[in-house]
Amino acid sequence: MATGTEGTGASPTEYIVHHLTNLTSGEGFFTVHWDTMFFSLALGLVFYMIFRRAAAAATAGVPGNLQNFAEIMVEFVDTQVKDCFHGRNELIAPLALTIFCWVFLWNLMDLVPVDLLPMVASWFGIHYLRVVPSTDLNSTLALSLSVFGLIIFYSIKVKGPAGYAKEFLFHPFKTDNLLAQALLVPVNLILAFVETIAKPISLALRLFGNLYAGELIFILIALLPWWLQFTLGWPWAVFHILVITLQAFIFMVLTIVYLSMAHEDLDH
Amino acid sequence: MNINVTLLGQMITFSLLVYFTMKKVWPPIMQAMQERQKRIADGLAAAERGAHEQELAAERAALTISEAKQQAAEVINQAQKRAGEIIEEAKAQAREEGQRQLSAAQAEIGQETTRAREQLRGEVSALALAGAEKVLGREIDAKAHGELLKSLAAEL
Repeated sequence: MATGTEGTGASPTEYIVHHLTNLTSGEGFFTVHWDTMFFSLALGLVFYMIFRRAAAAATAGVPGNLQNFAEIMVEFVDTQVKDCFHGRNELIAPLALTIFCWVFLWNLMDLVPVDLLPMVASWFGIHYLRVVPSTDLNSTLALSLSVFGLIIFYSIKVKGPAGYAKEFLFHPFKTDNLLAQALLVPVNLILAFVETIAKPISLALRLFGNLYAGELIFILIALLPWWLQFTLGWPWAVFHILVITLQAFIFMVLTIVYLSMAHEDLDH
Repeated sequence: MNINVTLLGQMITFSLLVYFTMKKVWPPIMQAMQERQKRIADGLAAAERGAHEQELAAERAALTISEAKQQAAEVINQAQKRAGEIIEEAKAQAREEGQRQLSAAQAEIGQETTRAREQLRGEVSALALAGAEKVLGREIDAKAHGELLKSLAAEL
C-alpha cells in the first residue's frame, strides 16, 4: 500500500531502486537476504504458533474459535488434496497447508504500506528492507525447488528408477514400430525434460512475478502526490487481497497436482 | 535476479515448517475432527436406536395391556361361572336339606301315628273289655279271653 515520498528527497528512480534492494551481507552466491530470511521465518512462526496452539488444544468436543479457524483451514486443504490425490501420503496435506498459509502470509505483507516498515527499520539504522518475501525469487524458488525435489523423490519411489526413466523416454509419443520409436525417443526426452523443468520454474516465477509486479505498482502509486494516492492505492489494494489469496491457492493446488501426478503411473 | 544462499536458507525454513506442521499440527486437528465426526455419527445412531426402542416399548406396552384386559375378562368370566356354580350348589344343598327334613318329619309323624295307634289300640281293647264285662254282667275271665282280645286289638 502506498505512502508518500515527501521528505525522502530522492528521485523517483532512486526511490524505486531503494525499495527493491534487499538487506544483504556477503558476496556473490553467499549473499544472504536478511530481510527475506527474517520476514519469512517470522511469518512461518506466526503460522506455526497459531496452528500449534489450535492443535494443542484440539478437542473432539465443542471447538473454540481458534480451533474452528484451524479446522476450516485443515478441512479446506484436505478437500483439495482428496480431490486430486487418491493415494495415501501423510506428507502432502500438511505440506499443502504450510504452503498455502505461508505463501498467503508472505503475500499479505504486500498490503502493508510500502514505506512503513522500511521507515521503522531506518530508525534502527537499517537502510534497506524488503518486507514481502514472495517478491524475492530466492523464496519462491526455495518453495518450488523443494516441491520439485519431492516430485522426483515420489516419482522414483512409486514408479521405480526404471519406470521413471521410461516416462522420460516413451512419453508423450509411444509406438510399436521400433524404428519410429527410436526416432521419437529424443523428441520425448526433450519434451519430458522441458515439462519437468517447467514445473518448478513456472511455480516460482508465477508467484514471484505476480507479487513483484504488485509491489512495484504499490511503489509507483507511492510516487503520486499524497492526495491522489488513495484513488489508485485503494482499488489496487482491494484487488490485491484477491490476488494474494489466489496466488497462495494456485501454488498449493499446483503442488498437490504435481505430487499426485508423481504418484500416478502414466502407462495405466 | 540474484539467486544466492538465501535460497538454501528458505528451503531449510520451509522444510522445518513442513516437518513441524506434519508432526505437530496436522494429526491432532485431523484426529479431533475425525473423533467428532465419529461422535456425531454415534450420537445419531444412538438417537435412531432410542427411537426404535421406544417404538418397540410402545408395542410391548400395548400388547401387555391387551393381555391384561384379556386376563381380567377371563377372571370375571370364571368368577361369574363360579358364582353360578355356588348358587347351584347351594340350591341343591338346600333342596337336599329340605328333603331330609321333610322325610325326618314324615318319619316322626309315622312314629307318632304308630304310637298313638298302639296306645289307642290298648285303650280300645281295655274299653272293649270293660264294655263286654258290662254287657255280660259277669266277670270275664281275662285269661280265658285274653287271646281273643289280643287278636281283636291287632285287627284294629
